Amino acid sequence: MTDSVLKLRDVKVSFNTENGVVQAVRGVDLDVAAGEMVGVVGESGSGKSVTFLGVMGLLPGSATVTGSATVGGVEMVGGGKKVLRGIRGKKMAMIFQDPLSALNPVHKIGDQIIEIIRAHNDVSNSEASTRAVELLDIVGIPQPKERSRQYPHEFSGGMRQRVMIAMAIANDPDVLIADEPTTALDVTVQAQILEVIQRIQRDMRTAVVMITHDLGVIARVADRVQVMYAGRVVERASVMNLFDEPSHPYTVGLLSSLPRHGQTRLEPIIGSPPNMLQPPSGCAFRARCTFATDACAVDVLPELVPHGESMSACIRVNEIDLAVKV
Amino acid sequence: MLRFIIRRLLWLVPTVVFVTFLVYVAIRIGWNPVATYKRANPRASEAKVQQYIEVNGLYEGFWGYIRGYFSWLWSFVQGPDQWPRSIKGRAEVWPPLRYSMFNTLRLAGISTIIGISIGLLTGIIASLRPGGIVDGVINTSAFVVGSIQPFVSAVVLQLIFAVQLGWLPPAGVYPPGQDGFDLWLMTQHLILPVTVVAIQIIAGYARYMRASILDVRSSDYLRTARAKGISEFRVLTRHSVRNALVPVVTLLGLDLGTILGGLIITEAIFEYPGMGVFFLRAAGNGDFPQLMPYMVIIIVSVLMFNLIADLTYAVLDPRIRLD
Repeated sequence: MTDSVLKLRDVKVSFNTENGVVQAVRGVDLDVAAGEMVGVVGESGSGKSVTFLGVMGLLPGSATVTGSATVGGVEMVGGGKKVLRGIRGKKMAMIFQDPLSALNPVHKIGDQIIEIIRAHNDVSNSEASTRAVELLDIVGIPQPKERSRQYPHEFSGGMRQRVMIAMAIANDPDVLIADEPTTALDVTVQAQILEVIQRIQRDMRTAVVMITHDLGVIARVADRVQVMYAGRVVERASVMNLFDEPSHPYTVGLLSSLPRHGQTRLEPIIGSPPNMLQPPSGCAFRARCTFATDACAVDVLPELVPHGESMSACIRVNEIDLAVKV
Repeated sequence: MLRFIIRRLLWLVPTVVFVTFLVYVAIRIGWNPVATYKRANPRASEAKVQQYIEVNGLYEGFWGYIRGYFSWLWSFVQGPDQWPRSIKGRAEVWPPLRYSMFNTLRLAGISTIIGISIGLLTGIIASLRPGGIVDGVINTSAFVVGSIQPFVSAVVLQLIFAVQLGWLPPAGVYPPGQDGFDLWLMTQHLILPVTVVAIQIIAGYARYMRASILDVRSSDYLRTARAKGISEFRVLTRHSVRNALVPVVTLLGLDLGTILGGLIITEAIFEYPGMGVFFLRAAGNGDFPQLMPYMVIIIVSVLMFNLIADLTYAVLDPRIRLD
């Protein structure tokens, strides 16, 4: 995996709050190659979004980011404002969850796209404007020229998300971070948005990180998956292996809580995620895990170990039966 | 937009008629204009008093009020030449009123421009680091200074800069005896009253602007703007400030409407011959022919600035639809 454009090594993010230090992300590794889509899955608060907001320097001042994150070989963590500004929107772009609040309500769509073009390219306003219309066309917005003169509130949810995508790909970035891009959308529109992202991944050879809590989205578009829990990666697998042979009890829990054909009751994961002010020693999932033993509480963060073709952070992965109960 | 403006301007007419009628009734009940006329002109003959009643339409009884109001309205719309004259020496009403209006417009205009620009700027500076030292200093001084009423600050400034130091003239627009326009003298006379009015505006708007920017600070679109790789200055100007201005400008429109009628305290202390002083004199004399046109000007100014506030709001925020 030497050709990965995005490389995260031991990324940690913590927040200084009145109640103490919240350890939101506790050492995340990730490699994404050009033209590849990696899914990052986890429930709310697992640190999946914060990891990427952190390395791009988009978190508030109370956040501390350590570790290493390189995009195209350029280090972002501790890189300083200038380096980060050069990377944001140019090498690494981001799509957010709620496309209405993520677009500025008082500026025209076209102007918002022009802004990101002109932030990184020495072009005139009219050149950037022509390019903005092209981009709107690429993401499948009909009558792009007329639409570029409209405001965000004149667009439907799906169309707004297309605008966000157009904005993100304006400078042909190496890496596209899609932070729950379909969560706020209708199911029918979700599929269209995923298609647009996939087309960009394929046509522009963009490395895509798909952050989501929706395993259905992962199954549909991702090549590989990282499952996150309590700020750590607990499983890394190809999409096929994740669904066929999950190798962490948490993944099994996630899969069991999905509705399946012929199933009468959903199987929730009992309990709630740990308090990240005082993360538990050892495996953070053990309080909710049916396989937990005393060994799981040992004061060492479990590392990823091979299990079949996947990697798992469960120390008992080779002793237990992880078949999904149907 | 044009249709909206025309419709609103057409609505202005019945609104002004209705409100001036209320004011007409209030003034007649509050002052009893016939009595004040007799007091101002003790030697007026019965025929003169009757003429005053006829000209101003000061009839008695329910229908007398209605008829009287419309007879006043009729003479008012015929233009300043036809307006009933002041009870003091039958002087024309419009020339001194116009003079007062321009004086107040000058004082209010300059104070507002200075006050708003400094106020918004300090508010923005305070919002950069909420809870920081700069924010604390600005916020506290805005609170303290804003609490000092004009009748205190005006007198204190007058004592220090006019009486003790003698740097600035204490009152008026020109020194006594000055004839004709003189920019330098006028500026000198304006410094103290402008300071008093501007301080109030600065204190208020610094806090509005700060609060408004902090409101939009956690907006998702600011994160999007930063994710574009634009400079922090551009994020501030094009995204934070631009959005934070929407509520502040609306407030400004409403404030400006009332300012024309009411720098009464400041004008009185500095003997500045503006609308406030005009009103105090007219009200003191119970001068019905002067009070009514003054009221009309204030009512129209409030309504016009409300319209301007609505239009600016729609221009600043495209989500607002006027029609």
